[in-house]
Amino acid sequence: MSGVSEAQGLRAWAGAVLRDGKARAGAVILLFFVLLATVGPLLVTDPDALVSVPLQPPSAEHWLGTTGQGQDVLAQLVVGTRVSLLIGFGVGISVVLIGALIGITAGYFGGRVDGFLSLLFNVFLVIPGLPLAIVIAAYLPSGPWTLALVLIVTGWAWNARVVRAQTLALREQDFVAAATVVGESHFRIITRELLPTMTSLLLAQIIGSTVYAIGAQVGLEYLGLGDVSAFTWGTNLYWAENDSALLTGAWWTFVPTGIAVALVGFALTMLNSGFDELSNPRLGMERVWRQHLLSKGEEPTRATPVVRS
Amino acid sequence: MRYLLRRLGFYLLAAWAAMTLNFFLPRLLPGDPSTRLFARLQGRLAPEAMDALRDAFGLNDAPLLVQYFTYIREVFQGNFGISIAYFPTPVTEVIAKGLPWTLFLAGSAVVVSFVLGTALGAITAWWRRSWVDSVLPSTLILIGSFPYFWLAMFALYLLGFVLGWFPLGHAYGDDLEPGFSWLFITDVIRHSALPVATLVLATWGGWLLTMRNTMITVMGSDFVGLAEAKGLPTRKVLTRYAARNALLPSVTGFGMALGFVLGGSLLTEIVFAYPGQGYLLVQAVKSQDYALMQGIFLIITFSVLTANWFVDLLYLWLDPRTRGAR
Repeated sequence: MSGVSEAQGLRAWAGAVLRDGKARAGAVILLFFVLLATVGPLLVTDPDALVSVPLQPPSAEHWLGTTGQGQDVLAQLVVGTRVSLLIGFGVGISVVLIGALIGITAGYFGGRVDGFLSLLFNVFLVIPGLPLAIVIAAYLPSGPWTLALVLIVTGWAWNARVVRAQTLALREQDFVAAATVVGESHFRIITRELLPTMTSLLLAQIIGSTVYAIGAQVGLEYLGLGDVSAFTWGTNLYWAENDSALLTGAWWTFVPTGIAVALVGFALTMLNSGFDELSNPRLGMERVWRQHLLSKGEEPTRATPVVRS
Repeated sequence: MRYLLRRLGFYLLAAWAAMTLNFFLPRLLPGDPSTRLFARLQGRLAPEAMDALRDAFGLNDAPLLVQYFTYIREVFQGNFGISIAYFPTPVTEVIAKGLPWTLFLAGSAVVVSFVLGTALGAITAWWRRSWVDSVLPSTLILIGSFPYFWLAMFALYLLGFVLGWFPLGHAYGDDLEPGFSWLFITDVIRHSALPVATLVLATWGGWLLTMRNTMITVMGSDFVGLAEAKGLPTRKVLTRYAARNALLPSVTGFGMALGFVLGGSLLTEIVFAYPGQGYLLVQAVKSQDYALMQGIFLIITFSVLTANWFVDLLYLWLDPRTRGAR
């Protein structure tokens, strides 16, 4: 695998995003939140400042109302975006890297190494993640980076499993055999031959893991396991619950945060679905076949074409 | 049979791993475990009683290995320690009160969501390119993007607080005596409707998409084409030929989803003040009740492992190929 095909891979990804309406929508939403996270905090008031009477509904002055402590909800939401996204992507990338390393090692070397590593990630997969995360987080000093660590520990196993399966399939291919015959080292085969062919899989995993990380982080912080004096999406919801937002009817203290979490998750999933055609060629061929039939004035069929011109 | 035994061995190993993790976690992390575990008992217990408790947990100056075996023995005897949040009730007793509620909530949510999602997944795959197929997946992904517990908060606010259609929390009305009366059972169902509904709403999209994707692959295979060519009724081709085979990956995912939903239901319980494990867990976190926290973690893990084994049994029945010697 050379640099040329990697560049082609990336171009194919960019192409898939632009071609697919869903992926395009996802990219736009995501870009908006990334902008919000980077420049947003400069534009809003201090999220900690007591600016008004507690639990005021949205008004011209405070667009999303005030919290039970009399702070500005919008400011907290915007400032929270930064840490939440940072941890989300940080954890997403970390778990995929760890998963890829362990998965490839298991799949490539096989035998006892595979037996041990497979057992390890299968055990981690079957032990319920959230309760484990709660127990670990409760023992550690609270803070956003503690949570990141906990989420990495509980989140890498699924990626390892997928990468191992992929490695097993790739290992039998001719280009790996050729590299072995030429006398390339294991390290070189893994990093130069196997990893590049998995680029699209790994990118898709990063997106999926980021969705997981943001959701789990918000959940743990809602439980009060984060640093409750920091501003993140999860702690916003924690304080909303603590100030009995539900039973006082203060919907504005928890609805905007939930929508923000959902929009980011939705955007990432949409982005991924645009890449579906790349990882599952069947879908792409069906689209081409359908367009072909329609252009000839024929009824589209359900059959999947095997050959593409 | 060998397959089942091998799976059983794996689950036992996983259970052992969870116990070991539970044992080493407080000892590996900074701070003296016994002071951590017992600091909050200070002043509530006589010093002699404290020492007896320390001994019971192996939290004394004995070598680590001895402590470890003491701990494992205690777990097997069902002794998880004394709860601090609910002092002086033993952890086992506290958990036993909450466990049925959690299993009820998470269990019904998983089953409803699996059946609903898988059936709809099969249908949308069959009638691809129809409006249902173009709108439904995106909608479900959007709903699934909300955190479980946020959906619960929103549903509770809208349907419980504003419209008053559902009770605002707990598993049954305060004025009712638990028992097998018609009144009590309907009340329990009324109280569980919103928590179960929000869990289903958050999870069925996953089932739908998995089923839809495998259905698309299966429907491309020759035997489905043959069944259609033979002129079998569509319903029969859909259920007996395509869906049965496409079901296998979903069933494999079922075991893992159990753990996931059980985790999600913990947070949902907190929103509804539902008296299950999640509610206990938050009490434990608030009062730094480590014994209770770890007990809940172990019990949930054991439940998930047991459920997984039953899923394996189900898989054996669904896929005859696994029945062969492996």
